[in-house]
Amino acid sequence: MTSATFLTPTEDRAGHRLDFLLVTDMVEPGSKVLDIGCGDGSLLALLRDRKGVDGRGIEISREGVNTCLAKGLPVIQGDADTDLADYPDDAFDYVILSQTIQATRQPKVVLEHLLRIGRRAIVSFPNFGHWSVRFDLFFRGRMPVTRNMPYSWYDTPNIHFCTIRDFVELCREVGATMEKAVALDAGGRPIRVTLPWWAWNLLGEQGVFLLKRR
Amino acid sequence: MVRLSPPPEPRSQVDDPSSLVARFGADEPLMMDAGVPLAPWQIGYQTYGRLNADRSNAVLICHALTGDQHVANVSPLTGKPGWWSTMVGPGKPVDTDRFFVICANVIGGCMGTTGPASTNPVTGQPYALDFPVVTIRDMVRAQAALIDRLGIESLFCVIGGSMGGMQVLQWAASYPDRVFAALPIATAARHSAQNIAFHEVGRQAVMADPDWRGGRYLTEGTRPSKGLAVARMGAHITYLSEMALHRKFGRNYQDRNAPTFSFDADFQIESYLRYQGLSFVERFDANSYLYVTRAMDYFDLAAEHGGSLAKAFKGSATRFCVISFTSDWLFPTSDSRAIVHALNAAAASVGFVEVESDKGHDAFLLEEPEMFAAAQGFIDAAARARGIA
Repeated sequence: MTSATFLTPTEDRAGHRLDFLLVTDMVEPGSKVLDIGCGDGSLLALLRDRKGVDGRGIEISREGVNTCLAKGLPVIQGDADTDLADYPDDAFDYVILSQTIQATRQPKVVLEHLLRIGRRAIVSFPNFGHWSVRFDLFFRGRMPVTRNMPYSWYDTPNIHFCTIRDFVELCREVGATMEKAVALDAGGRPIRVTLPWWAWNLLGEQGVFLLKRR
Repeated sequence: MVRLSPPPEPRSQVDDPSSLVARFGADEPLMMDAGVPLAPWQIGYQTYGRLNADRSNAVLICHALTGDQHVANVSPLTGKPGWWSTMVGPGKPVDTDRFFVICANVIGGCMGTTGPASTNPVTGQPYALDFPVVTIRDMVRAQAALIDRLGIESLFCVIGGSMGGMQVLQWAASYPDRVFAALPIATAARHSAQNIAFHEVGRQAVMADPDWRGGRYLTEGTRPSKGLAVARMGAHITYLSEMALHRKFGRNYQDRNAPTFSFDADFQIESYLRYQGLSFVERFDANSYLYVTRAMDYFDLAAEHGGSLAKAFKGSATRFCVISFTSDWLFPTSDSRAIVHALNAAAASVGFVEVESDKGHDAFLLEEPEMFAAAQGFIDAAARARGIA
């Protein structure tokens, strides 16, 4: 079902986030991309500069939108939970949801919109199944606060955490085919493909998935 | 002819304004949406900065309902700074050191572009209600004729707020190849029923003034000042917000400590509105107010395209940036979002930001750092893409 790909760690000399570089690798040059929750536009700018994509963004924070506009990126202030319904089918080659699905109110609905609006979807998220998370819960009895999940439980915007296994199950439920699945370790490097799912779920700090509508 | 009204006389700017004027003769009629040609006609305008050798740095500013071409210079009528001198000028977001900025008075206006106060060449008298009803598209058509006259093939950017934003949208829809970037602010692709209702109240106030004389007040030497002032007072409330009114005036008394038990202007807000009404009639023609409000009422860009706003922008290569304000209830953010959704559906390039402000619709004319930041970022990025130094 999954053809997980082994990718060599990409150089980070320019200060680009490794997960952004990984996403960039998944995108065909010259394609049309929507980045939902695009923040300050770093990924969109990377996609534009490296892959010549026609990129658009949605960002909830005003500061983020202004930063993007100043970079010449067409970004609209909006909310993944409410605004995706207005986009027509197949409007984009790729719709990217980078480190955002855990902050949506209705992750399943959002994922369904992604697969409807884009011919492909790329989703990355922090893995709640990572050993450090399990460690905090199991031994300390506390909600985990990690580098990837820096918030306390009472003020976190991340209201729908999931594990890599949970996400794989959700993909099955919404009828998405996984074209690529990559787990990144603490250093942002992809984990060896030869490992089984349970090891990915234990060792991966982040999951990055390239999905296609079935 | 006896003049009953005190100076300054708004009509002084009508036929020979204190600005540049482009005149179009009987052989160059302006075809109006009402189905009649307008000829001869003229358009009063101002320019700032210099057109570059490529003719690629021209910016058109479109003014709102009661604005004029004096966007960044002292108004010849009021002596006040240009109405958008916070946005347009040297070092401002619309930098006149970099761009050639054009701003023209709209068709139907009273500041040098042909309108109901202009002299009808057939009768030698002001047109009054013989002037054809104008539309936003007529205004844009007149601006396009001016741009042609100036020898400019394509505009770098078209910018405007409120009714100016309607013109920006119309420009992008009517002349997509002539607009590189578009910045519609605090506007809508169609005028809402509520806004038409407010305009109708204003028009009825003008027409109920016995000095309106069926629109022939200029010929008869009267002025419907009371009616126009009431129209302005009502409209002015819609430009503000409850929060801004409370912050500025609250329930404070004007030059007194207690109510007078009369209908005098006891409250500061009453005194303020009366002042707004009175100062407005000194600079604006009552019939122009009827015509220009009507143009806004008729504006429905989707209706021109089979009811689909997305079709109005289909295939557009223009890059858009839409801005709205949280406390604007006259052109609420939902109106801007409708534009953004249509642009998205048309696969156009669009940015959108809702600026937090308690100043209501008027916010676009005021000191709003977040609006300036968004506009500046968008304009600078577009200038880079266009290769403007």
